[in-house]
Amino acid sequence: VIFLAALNWNWSLDGWIIAAGVLCALSCALLGNFMVLRRMSMMGDAISHAVLPGLAAAFLITGSRGSLTMLIGAAVVGVLTAALTQFISSLAKVEESASMGIVFTSLFAVGLIMIRRAADHVDLDPGCVLYGLMEGVPLDRIDFLGMRIPRVVLILAVMLIINLLFVALFYKELKITSFDPGLATTLGINANVMHYLLMTLVAATTVASFEAVGSILVVAMLIVPAAAAHLLTDRLSLMIVVSMIIAVICGIVGHIAAIVVPQWFGFRGTTTAGMMATVAGVLFLVTLLAAPRHGVISRLFHRALLSLRILREDILGTLYRHEEKNGPAAALSSADLRHATGAGDLSLVLAILGLRGRHQLQRIAAGYGLNETGREAARALLRSHRLWETYLVDQLQIRADHSHRTAEYLEHITTPQTRDRLSAAAADATTDPQGKPIPRE
Amino acid sequence: VNRAALILIVVWAMPTLLASPALAQDRSITDTSVSLPSASEILQVLMLRDYNTRVVVLGTAALGVAAGMIGTFMLLRKRALLGDALSHATLPGLGIAFILMVQAGGSGKSLPGLLIGATISGLIGVGCILLIRSYTRIKEDAALGIVLSVFFGLGVAILGVIQNMGSGSAAGLESFIYGKTASMLRSDALIIAGTGLLVAIICAVLFKEFSLLCFDQPYARTQGWPVAALDLILMTFVTAVTVIGLQAVGLILVIAMLIIPPAAARFWTERLSIMFFLSAAIGGVSGMLGAALSALVPRLPAGAIIVVTAAIIFLISMLFGPARGVIVNLRRRVDLNRRVARQHLLRGIYELIEGDDAAATEESLAQRSTPIEALLAERSWSLGQLRRLLERHEQEGLVAIRDDGRICLRPAGLEEARRLVRNHRLWEIYLITHADIAPSHVDRDADTLEHVLGREMVAKLETILAGQRAPALPSSPHVIVHARGGAT
Repeated sequence: VIFLAALNWNWSLDGWIIAAGVLCALSCALLGNFMVLRRMSMMGDAISHAVLPGLAAAFLITGSRGSLTMLIGAAVVGVLTAALTQFISSLAKVEESASMGIVFTSLFAVGLIMIRRAADHVDLDPGCVLYGLMEGVPLDRIDFLGMRIPRVVLILAVMLIINLLFVALFYKELKITSFDPGLATTLGINANVMHYLLMTLVAATTVASFEAVGSILVVAMLIVPAAAAHLLTDRLSLMIVVSMIIAVICGIVGHIAAIVVPQWFGFRGTTTAGMMATVAGVLFLVTLLAAPRHGVISRLFHRALLSLRILREDILGTLYRHEEKNGPAAALSSADLRHATGAGDLSLVLAILGLRGRHQLQRIAAGYGLNETGREAARALLRSHRLWETYLVDQLQIRADHSHRTAEYLEHITTPQTRDRLSAAAADATTDPQGKPIPRE
Repeated sequence: VNRAALILIVVWAMPTLLASPALAQDRSITDTSVSLPSASEILQVLMLRDYNTRVVVLGTAALGVAAGMIGTFMLLRKRALLGDALSHATLPGLGIAFILMVQAGGSGKSLPGLLIGATISGLIGVGCILLIRSYTRIKEDAALGIVLSVFFGLGVAILGVIQNMGSGSAAGLESFIYGKTASMLRSDALIIAGTGLLVAIICAVLFKEFSLLCFDQPYARTQGWPVAALDLILMTFVTAVTVIGLQAVGLILVIAMLIIPPAAARFWTERLSIMFFLSAAIGGVSGMLGAALSALVPRLPAGAIIVVTAAIIFLISMLFGPARGVIVNLRRRVDLNRRVARQHLLRGIYELIEGDDAAATEESLAQRSTPIEALLAERSWSLGQLRRLLERHEQEGLVAIRDDGRICLRPAGLEEARRLVRNHRLWEIYLITHADIAPSHVDRDADTLEHVLGREMVAKLETILAGQRAPALPSSPHVIVHARGGAT
């Protein structure tokens, strides 16, 4: 409460702005999941630019700025954009993204000219179309069920309900057509119909959101929450839920950030719409880095763990080969090990620590040698390596002096079962193609 | 409520109000008539007599040429929409540069400063797209959309901050979104022309490298070309063209300058070098025409007119382009359909009059005829279609319709029919003996292939089948099932 007071919070203003932002983000994110999965994210961008002539035409023909007129005009042009894109790319064999670029820029230009030609009478402002008038939301209210509700909030709520109904009713169809249009066709689902239904709703949602948040935020909310959710989960139903949660966070945090963040730098507040897109971007960046399976950090971490394990195994192998030459309990210094494995200082230290923690390594004088558990592990590794060499030479006719590199890769991913099969294939040979003994289990 | 919106409306309304106060007064909502300029005005603009017009027209033409050139490579690299994301991503750079310059005590409107800011944030945007695309499971389209919308949102938020800074000078930044072609200065035109020249030189020097990059990047890499560095050079110049285009036509319409001219040029030629020059020419012409038009007619925003001009050129190219145009493709398809229909007709008649008598001589075949009903049942053609087909080929002297309604082949038709039937049967034999396809199934397969058999292919088939039976005309390797009736 103190926090809100510090923001000069006013529920009847800020509350409605947040409501509008959240509703818009929810409607967009819901449809965005399917746009992202169908690799049609840029279609949202194209439609949101291209509806300008639809808005202008609806206004010029009817002379009113009623929400319904605008909605219909824009929805028609939105679907037209999708249809023209497909038409040009299939008829004239232009690449789909290029044809999208041609269609939406041309339509946007036509819209600009239409508005400019009627500039004296139209207070349609392309700037408003691009970034919206979020702060004006609470001012324009109408009566609904005895309450004074901002018009935009009501429109967005209706839009969200329509989108929810659409996804609930056609969930199976949307899912199949998104992942496998071919299968959908064999199941008797018309993928084209689903495509255009989706496009119609995207166009309608875009227009419904214009007044509040502008077209760019629509694009941000269509794509970013869904893409972030896509990094977090592999299940469609969960992805939809996660994207909706992210959308809600964007709506709430976006508005607060619009008031707070500029103050940190000594400026006054900024637009909520822009800040919502920024917050979405930050959330996406965090997800991108920290997502448990598909995130950058976790992938780097797993790769580091893997290379450390390989290094440990390489150290064991090096020491074992050294023992073969120089008799048991022969030791190597860490400089020798670094030279043999080509590892960096830090990874070598970590690998040696790991080996000592596993009781596979013992200090001998100034260097390191294998102890019994280590020798056991190294023997298994060398057995894999030399069995692979035998297999590569005998079965795959690879020259003996070329087999070492491949065996070096394969030894790290060989399970005991594979080793047994290899041993059977080698007819229990006791030496590898270079004449080195294959260690027993 | 939104001061920027108000300022924008005023900025747009001003020139109109100043230029034609009479027009502005009694005009109905739907009145969008264009007041046509007089001949002398047209002449004045076209001859570039007016200094301002000269600057604007030449400046936009230079922009069109530069964008057309670099856009060619972008289109062929299937990165057409990268320009879209790139141009949106310049907005935060513009805003931050503005704030920094104001904080440093300047007016914030220094053009080089703004352009440097735009370039930096544009390049960061492109970098983000490439990183997201290659290091995560997010696909290219979503990566473009994310960078585009988040950067633009950030830009809008920064513009919001600038508006609230109290120095009402933010209006200048709005012109980067929609462009301010009409108020282009000599220095702007010079910057654009200079960049255009640089782009032209780089493209000329690196033409081979860029085309290799477009058509076969893996090959370029294996040949030891520095693919990443070349890509970086290309991206840098795309960014440069986008940034200088920003203030001329605005950040949304500059996308069109990068995509539409090369896409239009693609219809005219299959050669990259020609496409490159055509694209530059189309870009230049649409820049020039658009700027000239908007100078002649009041209340036409130049940026939008340039794009519409380019779109019209695209439409014309799409329809009439001799290499890949729609009409040419349509004609090719009609020609093919006609050839196929003619071959079906001739072979159908031949197989009917041949009957079971594979050894029939040419003289005896020329005497034989078949009723039209039997021919009708051979294929899925309607009686009307078949009649038209027969009439056309009667005029060409290939078939004859006798007085009793029966159909026979004229000598020329017979010769061609024998050739077609021979090709068909050669294929059938090949499919049976070499591809192990059952004799009852080969007819359909050979049916589709026979129309595209060239002379060399037939010669090859003859050599392959030489050891078996390749007489002048082999008999059909399978029983020909006629739907109805036969020949006499």
